[in-house]
Amino acid sequence: MSDATFDLAIVGAGPAGMAAAVEATALGLSVCVLDEQAAPGGQIYRGITRPAGLDPQVLGPDYWEGKALAERFLACGCDYRPGSTVWHVDAGELSFAGPHGGGTVAWRKLLNATGAMERPMPVAGWTLPGVMTAGAAQILLKASATVAENAVFCGSGPLLYLVVAQYLRAGVKVAAVLDTTPWQAYLGALRHMPAALPGWSYLSKGLGLLREIGAAGVRVVRNVDRLEMRGRDALEAVRWRAGASEGEIATSHAFLHQGIAPNTNLARAAGCAHVWDEAQLSWRPRTDAWGAASRPDLYCGGDVAGIAGARAAALSGRLSALAAAADLGRIDAAGRDARAAGLRRAMRRELAARPFLDTLYRPLPAFRVPAVDDVVVCRCEEVTAGALADAVDAGAMGPNQLKAFTRCGMGPCQGRSCGLTAAALVAARLGMSEGEAGYFNIRFPVKPVPLGAVAAAGGKPAG
Amino acid sequence: MFRSLATPETPAIGIEVDGRRIACAPGENLAAVLLRAGFGPFRSTPVSGAPRMPYCMMGVCFDCLAVVDGVPNSQTCLTAVADGMTVRRQEGASAAAFLAAEGLADE
Ligand SMILES: Cc1cc2nc3c(=O)[nH]c(=O)nc-3n(C[C@H](O)[C@H](O)[C@H](O)COP(=O)(O)OP(=O)(O)OC[C@H]3O[C@@H](n4cnc5c(N)ncnc54)[C@H](O)[C@@H]3O)c2cc1C
Ligand code: FES
Repeated sequence: MSDATFDLAIVGAGPAGMAAAVEATALGLSVCVLDEQAAPGGQIYRGITRPAGLDPQVLGPDYWEGKALAERFLACGCDYRPGSTVWHVDAGELSFAGPHGGGTVAWRKLLNATGAMERPMPVAGWTLPGVMTAGAAQILLKASATVAENAVFCGSGPLLYLVVAQYLRAGVKVAAVLDTTPWQAYLGALRHMPAALPGWSYLSKGLGLLREIGAAGVRVVRNVDRLEMRGRDALEAVRWRAGASEGEIATSHAFLHQGIAPNTNLARAAGCAHVWDEAQLSWRPRTDAWGAASRPDLYCGGDVAGIAGARAAALSGRLSALAAAADLGRIDAAGRDARAAGLRRAMRRELAARPFLDTLYRPLPAFRVPAVDDVVVCRCEEVTAGALADAVDAGAMGPNQLKAFTRCGMGPCQGRSCGLTAAALVAARLGMSEGEAGYFNIRFPVKPVPLGAVAAAGGKPAG
Repeated sequence: MFRSLATPETPAIGIEVDGRRIACAPGENLAAVLLRAGFGPFRSTPVSGAPRMPYCMMGVCFDCLAVVDGVPNSQTCLTAVADGMTVRRQEGASAAAFLAAEGLADE
């Protein structure tokens, strides 16, 4: 508990939250940063302050770029609270819980920098032990130097290829890469190539990863259009189909990935308006050029406000910090704009390659909504695609009615693993756009907390 | 099976997993230690009793829940090991206790 009111509270210590804290403290703001991880870094710089004993070249230079930022963050004088899950946000106050206890923090401005999470990839058998996300494989590698031999990597997107390359650099054998990027996507993406040239470093890095995987002689199957994880009590094999060919690979580890999506639960529960982003096939809080959300006391920065990568996340965190300082009267508008000019130029370079990447790695419809009825969509409540389709046919008109009819999205993950799938399923079945179909109503607490913590925080009512 | 690429640090601490002692380094991620120890499944689901193991490793999916130091519904992927920590498999129904917190939001 703390009696002080912080000028700025930041939820999330990834690149966005860390950079915002450094900028804001330098402008004289009092800053509190809460993150549920035990150490700073967020997803990309996971474990950066606690090296897991890997050869530095395994993770590559993009990862080590985070070291200087993390060091500046830890030295910036903010009140950093690791192991603190923020589960409730009120006007001027938030509640957190964690292994070191919980409490409340009072603030004048709040920056939501909760980042992204992996897009659900609901294929048959994806709940079997042994099936994980590619991000999970990377987290185990980065933070714990822990790896699995002979895994099958399935899906599409830069993060998938990066993790495979990191495995190979670490000398770990990879059984196969089952690539679901359809060949048509390459044609579609070409259109965005000229505009992407200022972001050339992203494109050349991506090509480099694919070359690295090819040179290592890993089996790569392209144009995969169906996947099935098979096994009784745990994964035993991955079955795939690519047009007319199909096959099965025996393995006890499969890592799935088809891009990432903003982790919006906190912003939603806090009442921020959201917009559907058709290019990124995801919802994000509506923000202005400073990251200000529809709620005047709240900013959203980094990947939670739209997927743009680590460097863009840091830049947007800094822009929000400048805006907060100006809103609180610590700098004037001219000072804010002068400081922001260079950041905005850098941001334009970071964003140049996005349309190209979003088009190339747009997930296939077949992997967004399962075509097979008995595939589980909601992992928590074990609700299948068939049960959801039946509920729509029985009159469920949108994601929230679907939830009421089937319990889909009512488990502890609060729809994080099924929300995009359920909403896409409703939209497809009713012939609506996903933007029209909407999303689950999300209320506090955004993470299940022990009832004791709720009582201690004064029995906060919903929403 | 997961394995470590790092040369083991000494001195190691120990946690007790289903009555078995597992050596690990201070501050390591609990789910990673459990995966390397071959612990599994971590839990069974309340609905069908299906076995589950960590899926996301970042606090999103809740498939890594186990009973840690007697506390059910602990997200092992967000927990650091401590000397003498005890871990048990979580069988379906104990999830009910903490779903009560969700109920608070759904009333
Ligand atoms: C698993 C994964 C791996 C990735 N790896 C890479 C990579 O190797 N290279 C790359 O270029 N990009 C990677 N990305 C993309 C990555 O999201 C961005 O590049 C970058 O990390 C975004 O920074 P951020 O600050 O917006 O959010 P993040 O880095 O995601 O940080 C958000 C932080 O908020 C915390 N948080 C969330 N909710 C709460 C809450 N309620 N209470 C308290 N804390 C909370 C999280 O624990 C996290 O530490 C990865 C994404 C994912 C999901
Ligand atoms: S593995 Fe997903 S929450 Fe822990």
